[in-house]
Amino acid sequence: METYTLLREFADSWMLLFLFTFFMGVVFWVFRPGSRAEHQDSANIPFRNADKPAAQETEV
Amino acid sequence: MSNYIKLIVLGVITVFMAIAANYGRDLAYQVHAILLMVVAGGLFLYTLRNTDEPEPVGVYNPGEYFDSVIRAGVIATAFWGVVGFLAGTFIAFQLAFPVLNFDWAEGFANFGRLRPLHTSAVIFAFGGNALIATSFYIVQRTSAARLWGGNLAWFVFWGYQLFIVLAATGYLLGGTQSKEYAEPEWYVDLWLTVVWVAYLAVFLGTIINRKERHIYVANWFFLAFIVTVAMLHLVNNLTIPVSIWGSKSVIVWSGVQDAMVQWWYGHNAVGFFLTAGFLGMMYYFIPKQAERPVFSYKLSIIHFWALIFLYIWAGPHHLHYTALPDWASTLGMVFSIVLWMPSWGGMINGLMTLSGAWDKLRTDPVLRMLVISVGFYGMSTFEGPMMSIRAVNSLSHYTDWTIGHVHSGALGWNGMITFGALYYLVPVLWKRERLYSLSMVSWHFWLATIGIVLYAASMWVTGIMEGLMWREVDANGFLVNSFADTVAAKFPMYVVRGLGGVMFLAGSIIMCVNLWMTVRKAPAREASLSVAVPAE
Repeated sequence: METYTLLREFADSWMLLFLFTFFMGVVFWVFRPGSRAEHQDSANIPFRNADKPAAQETEV
Repeated sequence: MSNYIKLIVLGVITVFMAIAANYGRDLAYQVHAILLMVVAGGLFLYTLRNTDEPEPVGVYNPGEYFDSVIRAGVIATAFWGVVGFLAGTFIAFQLAFPVLNFDWAEGFANFGRLRPLHTSAVIFAFGGNALIATSFYIVQRTSAARLWGGNLAWFVFWGYQLFIVLAATGYLLGGTQSKEYAEPEWYVDLWLTVVWVAYLAVFLGTIINRKERHIYVANWFFLAFIVTVAMLHLVNNLTIPVSIWGSKSVIVWSGVQDAMVQWWYGHNAVGFFLTAGFLGMMYYFIPKQAERPVFSYKLSIIHFWALIFLYIWAGPHHLHYTALPDWASTLGMVFSIVLWMPSWGGMINGLMTLSGAWDKLRTDPVLRMLVISVGFYGMSTFEGPMMSIRAVNSLSHYTDWTIGHVHSGALGWNGMITFGALYYLVPVLWKRERLYSLSMVSWHFWLATIGIVLYAASMWVTGIMEGLMWREVDANGFLVNSFADTVAAKFPMYVVRGLGGVMFLAGSIIMCVNLWMTVRKAPAREASLSVAVPAE
């Protein structure tokens, strides 16, 4: 089989399936129960450490 | 020890460039060889004078953020911005008044030579410096870590300026591979690749060193921008030089494949350079200026993945009605239309960050600037997918409508958000209490906004007009208008567009004065930052 045909077949079957499931996985991961506190914490990152680097790892 | 290696490398480059200047086959190449010889020779002398000298103490402080390179980036952004807007305004008047293509400057400063200078100056010099400076600022603050790699960040900054100078002088002297937004020739492309790898290393190194557990969403956008631009740059510039002593090179793709690769590059330059990177700015500066976290962090994550998964396929809509197979251009069109969703999702996320704080728009012109940039983002990401539809494209393609669309995005979205970021950054980086003058910010805001409205409106009118004139046929099926007829009809709109450019340029000069006075005249902020300061 030609390289083009082979890649084309792969692209519109398995690769498409992989990208689509990955994306749906991201959506489900984002909306998973109990993630609210974590997202709120992440959204507040710009309001910490404005003047100098943190000395050690921050705990969540 | 490392200085000895540097001296050897710089010495070899200097000698090689001297030989190249001698053997060079064309003017652009020779001028660049001399320029690089002088730069490498100067660095050789500088390194030599500092070799075996005692190390200066106290320069490197791991307990502080690396801000000096960001200050340089802010200055470079403002400088290249004015240069790019000036070039754009001048070529706008060259179109209205062809006599401005002076005879004595023919071959160097006519429209064809200055136009890529304008596009590269605003996109890569103004936009690129803004992206590098803000990404270095944001990645440090949101990772709570100092920039990785020490002076590598300075290499990125100066290496990028050298790339800009090589690209710009190359265009004027005719060294171009004639691919839109990818004009620089092979040796300039190689240099940019080196600089870009260093940029990726600095950015990624800082993220790896982060003290925050989570990587803030702005950094995801910046990382997507850096990685994708690297990939686009490499694939679209796979050229073979005709000679090592000349600037001419030949691309390995041929025919429609080359066109497809070029517009895959070209549209993703818009998607990842001018959109993803600047969305990184939006997700940091709007929350900071509004003093509230982003409206929905969940939406921001979905926004990111949806945007990068969709944008990469949109390129073929630039090639409707060409040799490109219909399925490919339909695919590009469909993905462009689906892009409405992440674009508007992101716009809503940015705007709704202000919910409960809309009153700040009345008092804070910097926030107003950031918000109108998101408004223009929404407007141009509505217009873009519409223009990608094949039937609409048959009217809009090759007309000034496209130019108007690009500028409402570039001036409105990229320009305004960069101005907002500069107004935010200068007082912070130079440790000033506040900006020198808020009324000057308001002047800038209104001049720029009215300038963009004049620009976009005149280009809509002239674009649709010329599109309709081109396709008008009489009862016998003959074309009614010659090309020159459409050019003559466009004159008033060209003048209005030029005036819009003058207003936008004037606003940016007011900004430069304001920022300069902020550094020189605004009261200094208290030095003891370790003491808790109440939020203003």
